Amino acid sequence: MEHETTQTHAHGSVKSYVTGFALSIVLTIIPIVLVLSHALAGKPLIVTIVLLAVLQFLIQLFFFMHVREGEQPRYNVMALILGCVIVFTIVAGSMWIMSFNAAVQ
Amino acid sequence: MAHTAVHQASRGQTAAHAHAAEHHDQEGLKILGFWIFLVTDCLLFGTLFAAYVVLRTHTDGGPNGKELFEVPGFVAETFILLTSSFTSGLAALAMNQGKRNQLLGWLAVTALLGACFVGFEVSEFAKMAGEGATISRSAFLSAFFTLVGTHGLHVSLGLVWMTAIMLQLRRRGITAVTRRKVFVISLYWHFLDAVWIFLFTVVYLMGVM
Amino acid sequence: MLTKLKDFASTFFVTGDPLIYGADVAIVLTTIAIVFVLTYFKKWTWLWKEWLTSVDHKKIGIMYLIASLLMLFRGGVDALLMRTQLALPNIQFLQADHYNEIFTTHGTIMILFMAMPMMFALFNIVVPLQLGARDVAYPFLNALSFWLFFFGAMLFNLSFVIGGSPDAGWLSYPPLSEMSHSPGVGENFYIWGIQISGIGSLATGINFLVTILKMRAPGMKLMNMPLFSWSVLSTSVMIIFAFPILTITLALLFVDRFLGAHFFTMTAGGNPMMYVNLIWMWGHPEVYIVVIPAFGIYSEIVSTFSKKKIFGYKSMVFSMMIISVLSFFTWVHHFFTMGAGADVNTFFAISTMAIGIPTGVKIFNWLFTMFRGRIQLKQPMLWTLAFIPCFVVGGATGVMLAVAPADYQYHNSYFLIAHFHQVLIGGVVFGYLAGIYYWWPKMFGFKLDEKLGKWAFWTWNIGFYVCFMPQYALGFMGMTRRVYTYGWDMGWAPLNLVSSIGAFLMGIGFIFQVWQISYSIKYGERDTTGDPWNARTLEWSIPSPAPMYNFATVPHVSEQDAWWAEKQAREAGKRAAAAPALEPIHMPKNSGIPIIMAAFWFVAGFGFVFSWIWMAVAGLLGVAACLLARSFQYDTDYYIPVDEIKRTEASFGRGI
Repeated sequence: MEHETTQTHAHGSVKSYVTGFALSIVLTIIPIVLVLSHALAGKPLIVTIVLLAVLQFLIQLFFFMHVREGEQPRYNVMALILGCVIVFTIVAGSMWIMSFNAAVQ
Repeated sequence: MAHTAVHQASRGQTAAHAHAAEHHDQEGLKILGFWIFLVTDCLLFGTLFAAYVVLRTHTDGGPNGKELFEVPGFVAETFILLTSSFTSGLAALAMNQGKRNQLLGWLAVTALLGACFVGFEVSEFAKMAGEGATISRSAFLSAFFTLVGTHGLHVSLGLVWMTAIMLQLRRRGITAVTRRKVFVISLYWHFLDAVWIFLFTVVYLMGVM
Repeated sequence: MLTKLKDFASTFFVTGDPLIYGADVAIVLTTIAIVFVLTYFKKWTWLWKEWLTSVDHKKIGIMYLIASLLMLFRGGVDALLMRTQLALPNIQFLQADHYNEIFTTHGTIMILFMAMPMMFALFNIVVPLQLGARDVAYPFLNALSFWLFFFGAMLFNLSFVIGGSPDAGWLSYPPLSEMSHSPGVGENFYIWGIQISGIGSLATGINFLVTILKMRAPGMKLMNMPLFSWSVLSTSVMIIFAFPILTITLALLFVDRFLGAHFFTMTAGGNPMMYVNLIWMWGHPEVYIVVIPAFGIYSEIVSTFSKKKIFGYKSMVFSMMIISVLSFFTWVHHFFTMGAGADVNTFFAISTMAIGIPTGVKIFNWLFTMFRGRIQLKQPMLWTLAFIPCFVVGGATGVMLAVAPADYQYHNSYFLIAHFHQVLIGGVVFGYLAGIYYWWPKMFGFKLDEKLGKWAFWTWNIGFYVCFMPQYALGFMGMTRRVYTYGWDMGWAPLNLVSSIGAFLMGIGFIFQVWQISYSIKYGERDTTGDPWNARTLEWSIPSPAPMYNFATVPHVSEQDAWWAEKQAREAGKRAAAAPALEPIHMPKNSGIPIIMAAFWFVAGFGFVFSWIWMAVAGLLGVAACLLARSFQYDTDYYIPVDEIKRTEASFGRGI
C-alpha cells in the first residue's frame, strides 16, 4: 500500500532546481559586487541588498521548497505570510521603538 | 440502537484501502506540522535579527563588523550552503525517481557541505575570539555570536538528523514514512539556506559596507 | 569534608525561614504518602501504563487539569501571604526579600503554570470531541508537550526549597535579573522552568492548529465549527507566533547570565529596555492567548443554557481572529513611560483602544444570545453571567490605561494591579471555571454539586470585588505595586484591610470548590445520557466519559450545532439513528519516551541552573537519545478490533 502514496510530495524537476540554483548564485553575486565596488552607498545600498535577499528568499520558496504545490487550501502559505508580517513587525517595530535610545545616548 | 454517530460517514472503501489512505493522511499531516514549525523558527530568527539590528552599533569602543568580517570567508560559507541546498534538492529528486543509492549519495554530499560550512564558521569564531572579540566584549558581539551561532547550531543539528535518516533509508528503503522524512529534512535544509541569505545580507554585507 | 558538605547544603537548600521548613516537611510527608499508597495498593504499573505513558488526549487533559489546580493552590497561597503582609501597615510577617520572591512566583505561576495548563486541559478534553475526531493530529507530541510543561513547572517550583526563588518580578526585567543584581540561581530557575514548559506550549499550539485545520469530521466546514474550537484556532495562531519570541528573549537573558554577554546589561553597550520591548511582544499576545479560549467557552455556555443558537456567529469568528492579529501590534502600552516618543506612544495607544471594538462586539453578541432565551441558571451559566459585568469594567479601566499621557499617572500603581486582575480573574479564571463545570460530566461522568457550587460562586465573586475594587482607589492614592509594607501616615490602611478580607473570601471559595469536588465524586449526579445539559455540539453525542476511541463511527456533519440539529431531526421523526457499520479503529500506541525525554530536559535545566555543565550535557544527551529512539521507531500504532468496540459501546448501554 505504500506505493500508492508516491504522489503526495513528488515535486520539482532537474530544470527547476538548476534554474533556482543559477538565480540564487546571481542574486548572491550582485550584492557582493555592489558592496565591494562601492557603486552605491548608504540607504540606497541597504534597500537594494535587502530587496535582493527577499527575492532570493522567494526563489528558495518557489524553486526549492515548492510552496505552490501541495494540498488545498494552502495553510502553510497562509501561516508563512502571517509569520513574515510578524517578523517584519518585530524587526521594524524594535528599530522604531528603540530609536529613542539613539537620542538618549 | 447506537446513537453515537450523528449520521454515518458513508464509506465505500475496503478496509485495506482505508488504511493506506489513513497512512497517506498522516504523512501529509506531519508535513503541514513541519511547515508550521518552520514558521515558528522564522519568528525565532526574526527576534534574534531584531536584537541584532538594534544592538549592531553598540560596539562599546570594541571592534565592529568592518574590522572583523573577512569577505572571502563569509562568501565561501554562503556558496557552500547555497550548493548544499541545491544538492538536497537533487536528493529529493532522486527519491522521487525511486533511486535509493543516488538519494543516499546526494544526502551524503549535502551533509558533507553542511559539515564544511560548520567548520568554516567554527574557525571564524575561534579566530575572532582569539583576537579578543568574544561574546562578552560588547552588545554588538553578543548579538552577532548569538544570531550566527543559533544558525550554526541549526545546521549542526540538521547534520545529526540527516545522518539518522540516511541510516533509516539504508535499512528500510524508500517507503511512505522515509519519503516524508527526506522531504521534511530537505525543507529544513532549504529553510536554513533562506535564513542564511538574510544573515549574509544584514550581518555580513551591511557589516563590511 | 563534613563542614564542606554543610556549607554546600546551607546554600543548596533554602534555610532560615520557618515557613519554608514547614513546606519542606509537608513536601516530604506528601511524597512518602503518595509512594506508600501507590505501593500498598500495587498501583505503580497502573499509573505507568494508564496515565504516565498515555497519549490519549482525554487523559492528558485530565493530567493538565490536576496540575493546574495544584498550581492554582500554590499561586493562591502566594497571594494570601502577600495580602496578609499588606493587611495593615508595618507588619513584619514577611521580610522584603521574601515578599519579592512571593510576588514574582505568584505572577509567573498564575499565568504560565496555572492559566496555560488549565487552558490546555480544556483544549485536550474538548477540541477533538467537538470536531468529531479520534485524537489530536500528533498524539505523541501532545504527551511530550504535557510532560515538558510538567517538568518545567516542577523545576520552577523546586526553587522555593532548593537554591532560592526568583525575585525580579514575573517578567524578570533586567538589569535587576542580570548577574550584576541577581547573582543567585533564582533567575536561572525562572528561565529554565519557563523555557522547558514553553517548548511544550509551542508544540501544543502547532498540534491544535493542525488538528483543527485537518481533523474535522467529514462535512464540518470551518464556518460550521463550534465557537470554542474557533477560539482554540485563534489562540493557537497566537501561540505559534508569540512563543518563539519568549524563547529567544529568555535565551538572550540566559546568555547574558551564563556566558557574560551584554544584551541587556548596563555596561558594554547592552540595553535593558530591549528586553522589555521583546518580552512584551510575547507578553501582550500571551494575555489574549489565555483569554480568547475563555471567550469560546462563554459562547458555548451562553448558547447551551439560553437554548438558542449563538447570536452573530460570523461576527464572533471575525472578532476573535481580528483580536488575535491585533494583539501583536499593541505591546508598547506596557511601557509607555519608557518615553519612546509621542509618535510611538500614539500609535500603540490607538491600536490598543482598537482592540476594544471586536471585544465589545462579542459582549453584545452574548447579551443578544441571552435576550429572549430560556435561561437556565446552572453553574456554568452563573460564572458566565458574573463574567460579563466584571470584564466590562476591567475593559473600561484598560481603555483608561491605554491613554498614553494618563498612563504616566497609573503606571505601576495599584490601579494597574486591579485592572489586570479584573480581566484575568473576571475573564480568564471565571471562564475556565465555567468550562470546567460545563465539561466536568464529559470528563468524569458525573456533575459537580450545585449547592456547594453556589457557595463557591458567591464567595469567589463577593471576595473578588471586595478584594480588587479598593485597589483602584489605592492606586489613585499613590500606592505602587510591589511595595512590601507601608506606614500608617499613608492613609492606605483601611482599604488594604478590606482588600485582604476579599482575598481570603476568594480563598474560602476555592476551599468550597475542593469540598465540592470531593463530595461530588461520591454523591454527584451521575450522567448516564452523555448529554446532561441538553447541549448542542458533538462532544455531547457520545457517552460520558468518552470511550478511548471517542466516536465508534465518525460523524458526518452538515450544519452548525450539529448535535442539536440531529436531536431536532430525531424528535421530528425525520431521521432514525442508523446502525453504524463499524470498522477497526486506528489508534496511536502509548509511549514512555515523552515522560523520559521531559525528565532529561529537567536534568539539563537543573544542570544549567547551577552551572553544572556535566549535568546539563548529560541531560541534553539524554534528550538527543530520546529523539533518535523515537525517529527509529516505526511500529507506533495499532487497530482496535470491531469486537472490542462493540463490547465498549455495550458497556455504555449503547448496544449494537
